[in-house]
Amino acid sequence: MGKTIAEKILSEKSGKDARAGQVVMADVDYVMVNDVTGPIAFREYAKLNTGTMYKDRMVLIPDHYVPAKDVASAEQAKEMREFAHEHKLPNYFEIGKSGVCHQLMVEEGFAAPGRLIVGADSHTCTYGGINAFSTGIGSTEAAAAFATGKLWFKVPETIKVVVRGKFRKYVGGKDLILRIITDIGVDGANYKAFEFHGDVQNIPVADRLAISNMAIEAGGKAGIFPCDDLTREYIKDTVRGEYTPVDADPDAEYCQVLEYDLSELEPFVSYPHLPSNGRAVKDADVTIDQAYLGSCTNGRIEDMRIGAEIVKGRKVHPNVRFLVVPASQKVYRQMIEEGLMQIFLDAGAFISGPTCGACLGGYMGILAAGERAVASTNRNFIGRMGDKASEVYLAGPAVVAASAIAGRIVTPDQLEGN
Amino acid sequence: MDTIKGRVWVFGDNVDTDQIIPAERLVAANLDHLNDYIFEKVRPGFAQEVRKGDILVAGRNFGCGSSREHAPLSLIEAGFSCIIAESFARIFYRNSMNIGLLLVECKVDVREGETVEVDPDNGKVVAEGKEYSFPEYPPFISELVKAGGLMNLVREGRF
Ligand code: SF4
Repeated sequence: MGKTIAEKILSEKSGKDARAGQVVMADVDYVMVNDVTGPIAFREYAKLNTGTMYKDRMVLIPDHYVPAKDVASAEQAKEMREFAHEHKLPNYFEIGKSGVCHQLMVEEGFAAPGRLIVGADSHTCTYGGINAFSTGIGSTEAAAAFATGKLWFKVPETIKVVVRGKFRKYVGGKDLILRIITDIGVDGANYKAFEFHGDVQNIPVADRLAISNMAIEAGGKAGIFPCDDLTREYIKDTVRGEYTPVDADPDAEYCQVLEYDLSELEPFVSYPHLPSNGRAVKDADVTIDQAYLGSCTNGRIEDMRIGAEIVKGRKVHPNVRFLVVPASQKVYRQMIEEGLMQIFLDAGAFISGPTCGACLGGYMGILAAGERAVASTNRNFIGRMGDKASEVYLAGPAVVAASAIAGRIVTPDQLEGN
Repeated sequence: MDTIKGRVWVFGDNVDTDQIIPAERLVAANLDHLNDYIFEKVRPGFAQEVRKGDILVAGRNFGCGSSREHAPLSLIEAGFSCIIAESFARIFYRNSMNIGLLLVECKVDVREGETVEVDPDNGKVVAEGKEYSFPEYPPFISELVKAGGLMNLVREGRF
């Protein structure tokens, strides 16, 4: 019997014949922590006293509460900075050279096809978009990986997702994944991996990353795409070291098969308070106070281009605050170079540097009681972006931008003049 | 492991980590009193009511969302002896087992304030006179639990 991509990568990294259901001990290529999950890992590591540290495999990225929003977050960021300094860690990314951790893991070339990557952040599954097996872990086990270079994994069963056709204009990866989560539920893939098949060449890599990013919102351990020419092209200038793409065997075993015709998908929005509360945007009747374009799901240059194309020559609705948050310093720079900043500024958007900030209800864009936001982020749990009586609606970049103009949740096609 | 007996708090399906402890509390300065903030947005005042040894009973997908270990840590610090749920989200499950919060995967019908009894070694839960059984832990997980968490395995060179 053949193997899925997840089984193959875990076999390769554990030196065992890894099959779904088994627990294996495997070598990790990289282990990432951020400013929220890092401090617990550093303290646990200090208590271990093993004397070993896999420095080259460790990546430290402050992003959730930086630039520091208050004294407490300043202390926390300092703890990471000092740990990096004390141990002379090569991969610490200070603000100004940094961004949202998952965007950076791809941009900085840590994530690559065939690699096994763990991160103390649930959206570490993002790098499945470029054929890695990557998954979220906790802080204590990050500390264990610092000391041993490995970790235990339960080899997941895999759900095969077969896509056909092409997205229509202003429909993308976010709409597909919101649709999948709505179909199978927020625990529909608990302890399982997704593997994507069919016309994946029609899904741009940025969209694949957005899809894999939200595998966790269905409980998934990973969401893995094959490596193709688009992948190789996407990473060619940035990837560190060699990499070995991994394909599924034709006779691999899957626990479930889902099929989607991309050309039939329409813009989708998930209502509060679960990512699985999706429905078609055209059926929505929701006025908004805030629109948020950013995050590790949809804060890439491709998302910014879509947003800018829609707001160009238009004005943000007078009742709406439109927050545009590029996911990294590199995206920020590209926005300047491509003239996108000018377009957003002319429209009346607020643009910040890269940070997680309001995505997790941290700072800079918190919602008051009763307020509603449409966001290109990945979670809409109770109080996720602020007060417990505020609401977050999840959508793709096109719907977020169009809604910022309309003052209510709409598709770009519903905007006047379209 | 000893049999555990405790007073029950009941929660529903899909209790996410933002409900267990909100993101704005996740700063290192709070690490020694995370229990002050548990469920503060959805059940204000809850932290003051929980007593050592209490048991939390929930529905499906308990602990979904973020990878924040602060969630199981805060529940341990609040005094919970065990969490019983119909199912757990994956990262929460890993985190809890790694740091020594006992999880029991079992659908149990019980009212808040009642007492339940959990016998981890024999996979048994007794609630309101009714007995339920839950599957044995996989060998690696039971080793982890017996060792008292992941760090002990690493320290002992068994990892
Ligand atoms: S952008 Fe949002 S979802 Fe992504 S890592 Fe930051 S807080 Fe988490």
